[in-house]
Amino acid sequence: MENGKTVLSIIVDNQPGVLSRIAGLFSGRGYNIESLCVAETDDPLVSRITLVTKGNKLIIEQIKKQLHKLINVITVHDLTETKYVERELALIKINAKPKDRAEILRMVDVFRSKVIDVGHEHFTIEITGDEEKLKAFINILKPMGIKEIARTGTIALARELQ
Amino acid sequence: MKLTGAQILMKALKEEGVETIFGYPGGAVIEIYDALSQTDIEHVLVRHEQGAVHAADGYARAKGQVGVCLVTSGPGATNTVTGIASAYMDSIPIVIITGQVPTSLIGNDAFQEVDIVGITRPCTKHNYLVKNIDDLAKTVKEAFYIASSGRPGPVLIDIPKDITTSKTIYKAPEKINLKSYNPTYNPNLKQLAKVVSLIKEAKKPVIFAGGGIILSKASEELRELAYYANIPVTTSLMGLGAFPGTHPLWLGMLGMHGTFRANMSIAECDLLLAIGVRFDDRVTGRTDAFASKAKIVHVDIDPTSIHKNINVHVPVVGDCKATLCQLNKMIKQQIPDKNFPDSKTWIDTIQEWKKTTPLAYDQKDIIKPQYVIEKLYEVTKGQAIITTEVGQNQMWAAQYYHYDSPNHFITSGGLGCMGFGLPAAIGAQKARPDKLVVDIAGDGSIQMNIQELATAVQHCLPVKIVILNNGYLGMVRQWQQLFYERRYSCTRMEFAPDFVKLAEAFGAVGFRTSKPEEVVSILQQGIAINKPVIMDFIVEKEENVYPMVPAGKALTEMLLV
Repeated sequence: MENGKTVLSIIVDNQPGVLSRIAGLFSGRGYNIESLCVAETDDPLVSRITLVTKGNKLIIEQIKKQLHKLINVITVHDLTETKYVERELALIKINAKPKDRAEILRMVDVFRSKVIDVGHEHFTIEITGDEEKLKAFINILKPMGIKEIARTGTIALARELQ
Repeated sequence: MKLTGAQILMKALKEEGVETIFGYPGGAVIEIYDALSQTDIEHVLVRHEQGAVHAADGYARAKGQVGVCLVTSGPGATNTVTGIASAYMDSIPIVIITGQVPTSLIGNDAFQEVDIVGITRPCTKHNYLVKNIDDLAKTVKEAFYIASSGRPGPVLIDIPKDITTSKTIYKAPEKINLKSYNPTYNPNLKQLAKVVSLIKEAKKPVIFAGGGIILSKASEELRELAYYANIPVTTSLMGLGAFPGTHPLWLGMLGMHGTFRANMSIAECDLLLAIGVRFDDRVTGRTDAFASKAKIVHVDIDPTSIHKNINVHVPVVGDCKATLCQLNKMIKQQIPDKNFPDSKTWIDTIQEWKKTTPLAYDQKDIIKPQYVIEKLYEVTKGQAIITTEVGQNQMWAAQYYHYDSPNHFITSGGLGCMGFGLPAAIGAQKARPDKLVVDIAGDGSIQMNIQELATAVQHCLPVKIVILNNGYLGMVRQWQQLFYERRYSCTRMEFAPDFVKLAEAFGAVGFRTSKPEEVVSILQQGIAINKPVIMDFIVEKEENVYPMVPAGKALTEMLLV
């Protein structure tokens, strides 16, 4: 898996400055963050960071070890080593001329997404899914004219063994 | 009884056994200094905050304990950054306490405010901003624990002024228990079993030891291994003193300015036992040619060191001392004495390398810097604690002084920080008043923190400074000579102060000579004086450090003269 996508699930102390330590580690050592999601977990003292990065095996090994070395990092799980589920949320504001509206709504339906805001000239659509699904949806909508997109980046959890 | 934050800090420092602080007062720490005056903790007043950190570093290394420094907010804090970065690269346990503006002003660009926690995040092992006085005692305890455990390193505590004045009851946990920090000390026994069988089979083994041996106080165990299994030893710059520099199994330092035999041994060995090292680029040269015929075993407490620069066959995560203790035990059980493969040919080859290509220089009419170091070694009988600046002086100090015990060679290895030697010598002298402490310096480096001579005089710390004065920034000049067709761009120090008068102006003593026949007597006189002394040796201007492996070349591609 040369330079493959790696999804890391990092449990950290929920304290000021922790994200900066992690971001600083990546910039200081020349690694790249593809996406990053942070929020409190069920325990208010800890947060989960879902971080997507790329690199060869050696670099990923270093990234994991370097993350582990940070005092505020409690655990680092490489989800790509196991089975996992991932989702990303995107909000897509799209030009919606009367002639296109029916087609857009059909696509929204096909992709099981939702229109959450309607204006004279636009729809805002909410969609969740994995990276592939979002990519496909955005490609389909592109010809209509996308005004703006906001995406969360991947969040993920390991699958429980069946 | 309620105490002020400043008093709590002092109490917490006392609990950690702190005897000496290197520091410099200022507005944000005035309350702390007031509380300090009510304790028996000694304070060494440096002349620049960079000096305070290097001194704490030198203290930590000479004493094998955590060093402490205390500075004010803003410029006081920023001036510590170089020292912190140096300690971080060399894994030296120090705790840096910085003052901060009151919490209500943080983020307001207040007078003497900087975000020192933000600035030092990448060059500390960990750092803290204490925003609640109830966290202070616990934070100090945690800081000392983190600084001194696992792979040691500097930890910074930033304390806002209002925290030092407000009051609370002193409360610190008995024991620090961090769920997110739990260094591995004990090695994996299965991995060690592999190491034992590799040692059993090796015909040309070499031990490559580093600073980790000194930090974990494992010199005895290292010697035991080398003596029992009859394995020659080389060390990195940071490892000098881990193995006796006068022992027949000693190869000398390896790397860019390593000995011929050390570098050749690395190239030819069939087993490399790398213990407490991180395979710095100055050690490995071209990595694909490094120990290419060998099985490599790597012992380090920091998992990130393993497979970082060099791929190894048997990684062992663990403390050097714990690992070597265990390894020695297993070897003695499994390989009875005298039952090792015959290493005579290997040892003979190494002796031959030593004979044909020793470290050498030619002393004629002008003093050779190597000669000064050799004579210093003889005059001090190898018993001095040596600190160095950075550059040629540092390499000659590593090559021509022989270190028989750990904690006797103190240098800025990873960061290569000029201006390190004098303040580090002050710290080392404070830690070891019984020892002779000598800073080996160049005329360039010594000018970077020369103000600390006043600190040495004020605190009666009789450090000796040996200046190898060649009128150049010698190491850069050497590179310019060898790789830039002698275009000496900006490396000639056309003006330097009169170091003898300078010493006198500082209340110290100065000597100077340019005559080889006076070197010994000046060293003897200087060392006999119980005061800080500068000995200024006017040496050969264009002497180079050899052997030299040009950057990016294999270790075997040494320039010998």
